[in-house]
Amino acid sequence: MRSVIYVFTALGVIGLAFWAYRENYATQAVLNQTDQLHIETRNAHARLAILRAEWAYLNRPDRLRDLADLNFERLQLLPLHPDQFGQVDEVQYPVAPLLPITNPVDVSTMNLENDL
Amino acid sequence: MIRTPLRPLARILEARAKGENPDAIEHQNRRLRHEKMRDQDRGRAEGRLLVLGVCFFCAFAVVGARMGLLAVSDPVEPRAHAPGSIIANTRADIVDRNGRILATNLDTHALYAQPPHMIDKEGVIKKLVKIFPDLDEKRLTKDVMGKRKFLWVKKKISPEQMQEVHDIGDPGLLFAPRDMRLYPNGKLAAHIMGGSSFGREGVRAAEVIGVAGAEKYFDDYLSDPVNAGKPLELSLDLSVQAASERVLEGGMKLMNAKGATSILLDVHTGEVVSVVSLPSFDPNKRPRPAVEGDASDSPLFNRSVQGVYELGSTFKIFAAAQAMELGLVNANTMIDTKGPLKVGGHSIGEFANKNYGTISVSQIIEKSSNRGTGRLALMIGKERQQEFLRKLGLFEKSSFEIIEALGSTPLLPARYTDLSAVTISYGHGISTTAMHLAAGYATIANGGRSIKPTLLKQNGSNMGERVMREDVAAAARLMLRKVVVGKNGTASFAEVPGYFVAGKTGTAEKPKPRGGYYKNKTITTFASMFPAHDPQYVLIVTLDEPSENSGKKPRRTAGWTAVPVAAEMIRRVAPLLGMRPTIEPTGVAGIILTSSN
Repeated sequence: MRSVIYVFTALGVIGLAFWAYRENYATQAVLNQTDQLHIETRNAHARLAILRAEWAYLNRPDRLRDLADLNFERLQLLPLHPDQFGQVDEVQYPVAPLLPITNPVDVSTMNLENDL
Repeated sequence: MIRTPLRPLARILEARAKGENPDAIEHQNRRLRHEKMRDQDRGRAEGRLLVLGVCFFCAFAVVGARMGLLAVSDPVEPRAHAPGSIIANTRADIVDRNGRILATNLDTHALYAQPPHMIDKEGVIKKLVKIFPDLDEKRLTKDVMGKRKFLWVKKKISPEQMQEVHDIGDPGLLFAPRDMRLYPNGKLAAHIMGGSSFGREGVRAAEVIGVAGAEKYFDDYLSDPVNAGKPLELSLDLSVQAASERVLEGGMKLMNAKGATSILLDVHTGEVVSVVSLPSFDPNKRPRPAVEGDASDSPLFNRSVQGVYELGSTFKIFAAAQAMELGLVNANTMIDTKGPLKVGGHSIGEFANKNYGTISVSQIIEKSSNRGTGRLALMIGKERQQEFLRKLGLFEKSSFEIIEALGSTPLLPARYTDLSAVTISYGHGISTTAMHLAAGYATIANGGRSIKPTLLKQNGSNMGERVMREDVAAAARLMLRKVVVGKNGTASFAEVPGYFVAGKTGTAEKPKPRGGYYKNKTITTFASMFPAHDPQYVLIVTLDEPSENSGKKPRRTAGWTAVPVAAEMIRRVAPLLGMRPTIEPTGVAGIILTSSN
């Protein structure tokens, strides 16, 4: 009986050691992958930071003003003026163009106007 | 195990035969048995102690070995439990109130040299000077040819320059990664940004530190890795700031001024929406501070918080408001402003020796009468005046969050006499910055609550203790409105249709360094708020040594110089702030007949 317990214990230890060995390597693989991902994220952040900086640099007010001046003939942009405020309901909806009537339909009251 | 019997029969019989006591045999056997048991126990205990000792030795050996290993190995970031913090450990960005970038970081490289590793030293020097024309060839030759083993060649280089240095291909030239602070808007809000430089430098990285402005004031916040992903949100509005700078620069040139400053302040929150100080500089290439001459001539000088000047008649409204607050007068109380008014042996005069006669308090402000506010100050008394001005924040340095504001302590008279009270009532004898004045006017504009100007974006109202009653603030605003629209108002150029500007002009002669005042050098100020019936913003415009030369004689008063600039600024800036102009009611239709019988 006792020897059976010894054998099973020994087998258990071997099994656990094998499991720990595998887990160790699996963990290291995941850590390496995480490192790689961190590096990628860091590079992406760096690229994003550069893009943001470039965006801010290209949209600096001085440059936009110069561009507006250069392209004045085409765009006619001027600084915002107090009298350019309006109400939304002051803006007219675009009038939908009437479609041409291609196949007129006869209706019963068609001649009513002429009759009256 | 066979136990030895205590009384072996053979020995007992033998002993009995000899006549000895058989009990002695039993005692001897018992003793032997006990000795054996004792020896056994001791052996077992010693064995256990040994095992325990080995266990402890192993445990301590493991701990010791681990400690030794940790001590000699290079530090490594914890890999398993690292959140995103290792991704961005750079200095935090600074953004305006709408999230537009004012300061950010850019990856770049520094170039260093290790002369012992160089192959062709002379060739390298020649090529480097070709790539970087600003390098001093002689000095570089001395450093490279000398005994030095390490030297920095350039602190920041562009990717193109880096490629060219790569093309030299000398193993003695090496690159170090650097974080560079970038201000993409150039000169815009330069005095607020301040600038930055490198602190401690290593080959692998260098610390970026703020050297002035908000960069220095918020250095701890910006450099804290916890805040790396959280930009510092300022109260400035980039578009408003750009428009203000443009208008002020144009105005400064038109009025031939040598410097100018403007502050636009939200009267309910204390947020500074734009603050300009001219001449300006580029924080990307911050110039060196001037070591000689007047500090105010340097572009680094921030006039809005460092320019401590007498701001003249703009202070008059404080005297009038306090007199009304104390119930001494109301807006229509008549005050005798005829001369002479002698206080402490000094005679108080008016601008251009005018004489306004007996006029109401409202007219004192409108016409800007020195003797009028002087009389009000005498009615108030010096103690109460000091208390009131202190509550407005005019006696202590501004709380505005840039490092230069620490030097904005107002200059007060050493002995506060009656004469001081009278001169301070019209803005002489007390020197403050434009920021102090903006905070004082904000109190009148928001209905009498004190305000601390701030550079940080606020959520909601941020008003302090009550300094004056609401009706007093309203009456003061009406007086300021009359300065603009009144028949004799000094700021008639300030009217902007639809925005109902109210304000007060102030013209102060500049003091000479050795006492006395210059006759032809003035500081002109226009302190205004708009719209007068429900003020949202306070605007202060100050010009340094302006002269308007369109007439026969150069005009140096605020009404001719600072006021038109301020009006143009309001015209440009108010729409950007989303303020719709209010349409003034046209005259009531002529009613001819009210009743038919």
